[in-house]
Amino acid sequence: MIPWERVGDTITTKIDRRESTVLRGLVTQIDGMLRARLADTPQDELAELTGIRTGATTAPEDPILSRLLPDFHRMDGDGPSQEERDSAAALRSLHEPELLDHKSGVAGVVLDTCPPDGGLVKLSLEQAQAWLSAVNDVRLALGTTLGVTDDMPDELPEDDPRSPHLGVYQWLTWLQEHLVLALSDAD
Amino acid sequence: MVGMSVGMSVRTSLPVEQEQTQVEPAGSEFAVEDRPWQTIVWNDPVNLMSYVTYVFQKLFGYSREQATKLMLDVHHKGRAIVSSGSKEKVEGDVAKLHAAGLWATMQHES
Repeated sequence: MIPWERVGDTITTKIDRRESTVLRGLVTQIDGMLRARLADTPQDELAELTGIRTGATTAPEDPILSRLLPDFHRMDGDGPSQEERDSAAALRSLHEPELLDHKSGVAGVVLDTCPPDGGLVKLSLEQAQAWLSAVNDVRLALGTTLGVTDDMPDELPEDDPRSPHLGVYQWLTWLQEHLVLALSDAD
Repeated sequence: MVGMSVGMSVRTSLPVEQEQTQVEPAGSEFAVEDRPWQTIVWNDPVNLMSYVTYVFQKLFGYSREQATKLMLDVHHKGRAIVSSGSKEKVEGDVAKLHAAGLWATMQHES
């Protein structure tokens, strides 16, 4: 892959087949988790009548989903009050369907614009923002699984099972960093 | 504080007659109503400093300088208040930050 290049309102890069396979695979996998979350959400008759969608009221148990779909209030620490618990449940129910739609939407943009066999990636500014969001979701998921910390070394010992995955994470960090740079040139 | 647009208009919706006849104890619910809400962004080890700065600029219209200062607060102090105001405004801001993948919550100013 080469750094993103910006000409006018178009942002381009080249991606090779292997990179494309990895990125598309990760984006697809996370999108699948998010869609399953949406499908698991019980819809009551009232919601069907009114057309107002309501989402789950409790945070996902899965650590990746829980990071991608945060609570509206801090639920850890000193222990939230009952009022905060109720409010967090209500706000999650209200906003989560939209958030899931957004995340699936940006994942869809990556899958539509990243050639499966590798090659030129050509994005409008809007598509580039969607990539930024989708790649960030992948990094959040990988970072959660890898247990990334602020002082994580650049390389893990070879016998560490996380070692090859950290390489993917770092590649995506590089990709995102350069995409932010390319988009910031606009302003 | 950056982005302070306190939604004081709630105050005007109080029924005046009632207010005059009721004796409210100190720290009454009216005072609670007027306290603004705050949007907090928490530090996490995954989100890039450049990306967080970019998101603050895009979502809130902050200058690069303001956005960078807030990002550094998040990074060094573990959290920063990035906006405040009415419950509806702050709720919307948190939802937008979640869409961008940042770890944000809201709280009533204490």
